[in-house]
Amino acid sequence: MKDLPTVQAGDGDGSPASAPIQVAPGKLMATLGIAGALAGLVIVLVFEWADPQIQAHRAAALRAAVNDVLSDPASYRSVYVTESGLSDAPPAGADTVNAEKVFLGFDAGGAPVGYAITGAEPGYQDFIHLIFGYDPATRRLFGMKVLESKETPGLGDKIYKDMDFVTGFEGVETPIVGMKQGAATGAANEVDMITGATISSRTVIEIINHRVEALGSDLGEHAATAPRAPASPDPALVDEAVEGGVEGP
Amino acid sequence: MNGRGPGRGPDGSMDIDSLAEIRLRIAASPHLRSPHSTPRIMWNVVGSLVPILAVGIYYFGPSALLVVAAATLGSVLTEVLFGPKGSTKDGSALITGLLLGLILPPGFPIWMAFVGGVFGVGFGKLIFGGLGQNVFNPALLGRAFLQAAFPAAITTWPLQPDNWWALRGDSFALPLMSPSAPDVVTGATPLGLMKFEGLTTDTMDLMMGSTAGSIGETAGLLILVCGGYLALRNYLDWRIPLSIFLTVFVFSGGLYLIGPDRFPSPLFMLFSGGLMLGAMYMATDMVTSPVTPAGSWIFGVGIGLLVVLIRVWGGLPEGVMYAILFMNAFVPFINRITQPRVFGQPRRKPRGAEA
Amino acid sequence: MRETTAHEDLIRGIWKENPVLVQLLGLCPALAVTNTVPNAIAMGLATFFVLTGSSLLVSLLKNWIPSEVRISAYILIIATFVTIADLVLAAVVPLIHKELGAFIALIVVNCMILGRQEAFASKRPVGRALLDAVGTGTGFMIAMLMMGTFREVLGSGSVMGYSLFGENFEPWIVMILPPGGFLTLGFILLAFGWWKERHSEAIRVRQWPHGVASGEEVA
Repeated sequence: MKDLPTVQAGDGDGSPASAPIQVAPGKLMATLGIAGALAGLVIVLVFEWADPQIQAHRAAALRAAVNDVLSDPASYRSVYVTESGLSDAPPAGADTVNAEKVFLGFDAGGAPVGYAITGAEPGYQDFIHLIFGYDPATRRLFGMKVLESKETPGLGDKIYKDMDFVTGFEGVETPIVGMKQGAATGAANEVDMITGATISSRTVIEIINHRVEALGSDLGEHAATAPRAPASPDPALVDEAVEGGVEGP
Repeated sequence: MNGRGPGRGPDGSMDIDSLAEIRLRIAASPHLRSPHSTPRIMWNVVGSLVPILAVGIYYFGPSALLVVAAATLGSVLTEVLFGPKGSTKDGSALITGLLLGLILPPGFPIWMAFVGGVFGVGFGKLIFGGLGQNVFNPALLGRAFLQAAFPAAITTWPLQPDNWWALRGDSFALPLMSPSAPDVVTGATPLGLMKFEGLTTDTMDLMMGSTAGSIGETAGLLILVCGGYLALRNYLDWRIPLSIFLTVFVFSGGLYLIGPDRFPSPLFMLFSGGLMLGAMYMATDMVTSPVTPAGSWIFGVGIGLLVVLIRVWGGLPEGVMYAILFMNAFVPFINRITQPRVFGQPRRKPRGAEA
Repeated sequence: MRETTAHEDLIRGIWKENPVLVQLLGLCPALAVTNTVPNAIAMGLATFFVLTGSSLLVSLLKNWIPSEVRISAYILIIATFVTIADLVLAAVVPLIHKELGAFIALIVVNCMILGRQEAFASKRPVGRALLDAVGTGTGFMIAMLMMGTFREVLGSGSVMGYSLFGENFEPWIVMILPPGGFLTLGFILLAFGWWKERHSEAIRVRQWPHGVASGEEVA
């Protein structure tokens, strides 16, 4: 360990012209170690300051999304998706942030309103992440909101910019059927698709249908247990970053 | 640098002004005289495009003429302003503009068509050094830019209204402004119908041109005739369109045999979309296609395969433009690997020999 | 090594050796996140902060950093500043932070920054290193702003979100997509090269008014 070959190799062309000065490896390590510790300390200090604000932003984003698709519930909390159905408590040993979950909204009287469910599937460009509000009793949607997508600006991005399309999901019955513009027959499960963005709009519909199909019976069972609203807004639930929620399956 | 040539002053020093007047023509040997000059070929191509344009106007009305005129104006103006002196006379900018116009939708706003012409000639040709230096077909590059810039406008296909004189879209939208929704009913192209609705279109309609589509791409039979004329006069390499047609026919025919309900028929593939126009007029662009016969076959087969791949499995209904542009990029490489053997030389070059 | 004046150190990076437009360094963020002016500014500021901070520290510590591990030490310093920038942006402007995404973390590998440490800050006094970093960072900002403005005007019809052409503007979608970054950079470099060529021709004609064909004949 005298000539430190890796370090020499990494030196590149800018190394000093003089013969390599032999510095004790211990000193090199100590230098880097101290520098690393200092850097870590600085980062931790900044993190301590920034983290509450970052978490607040994320919680606000999640709250806004849930509010949008459940038409402003008085409160909401996480319900975890497990192998054996939905569970109010996180599955043992699971990472609460990354565990798959849905959000249950309650009205001012503490009665459940409906579930906000996230989902993601590849659209025309990349994954479309969305959240939608769902009432298992009537099998109807409250609304749909696209959280993240890279669909073609001007065409595919109409899935969140075209308000006619977005509001078309309010009150629609599942499973949803996408209809060509002007072909709607007035049935309760029809949504008008976007001309020129067939793939994007079809993906949105399919994400919702697939998620309802996968969770539908579990949601019904969970709703039948008459879940209770959280006694007080639980910040810990709010902190479960929106990112954990939107990644989806 | 001794001796007194032209352009030198009495003291033997170079005079930059008189030097600039000497024009030397540089051309690769052998120097045979041929009646085929660049302008002659180019003007023949222009002539053969006139019937196609005429049919386009017949089907799509005056707005078709406006779009083609605007694209041509954009191309020619760019060539005049930024091209080498006198290069407009060879007609290549005119062809670029005409072809670009012919592959745009009839109701396209003319300011966008103009931008496409400017981009096609400016960035598709002049930036490489002018005619003969460009890698990609300028008209297709112009359209590719328009497709990327204005994806909504370029996929709006008006149907034929009752009144022939009615504009097919908001042709006169102000520069930089969105076109308002067209008054006439818009429909989908046969390829769009196939891709998104699974509907097929009558082959006869596709051959005659009475379908929705770009101005000059709908009348398949007429394009065959006009392109055939150029091929007969040897102004285009017949191997390229033939190999494209054969490849598309065989590939899509094979798919059709496997699943007639899932895949479109080979005749539909041949006559729908821009395949005819692209194969005849854009793939055969002398500058951006291979120079060797073997290379032409490789080039054509590659385009044919890509067209079917994109149309059948891609996200877009039409793939001719990207297929040709993609193969354009391989042309230098194709030229290199298909160089003919020098007569009398062994088939395989000895190891380490100069290529 | 030729000695430079303080003025030179400051000015050089802004124009004559502009990192993006002349040296073609740091192209990754210049192509990726210049689709709007706010994004370009945020990225420019973050890079400016990282560059200045790193140059300052590297120049301060140059006598303590053993040359065997200097690249590791530079990277450590740069990475620290990048992490700080990342956290601050996430806390203060979450929307822009989301748009910039991974490109903030990628400032670490911006060759412009490491290049200034290795080529300049590690060999010069603190004041000069700071001047150089400020100049280079400003040059980077200018390039980012040029690209951001060009792309936002054509791609969204606005500057800093303020609409220029009214409701009816038809956005040039390609300009806010990655290909638009390449087109814009190519276009700016083209204009730069064209201007430089004309500029140098004008200088040559002025220097040798009689018109000289080649350099050898002058000598």
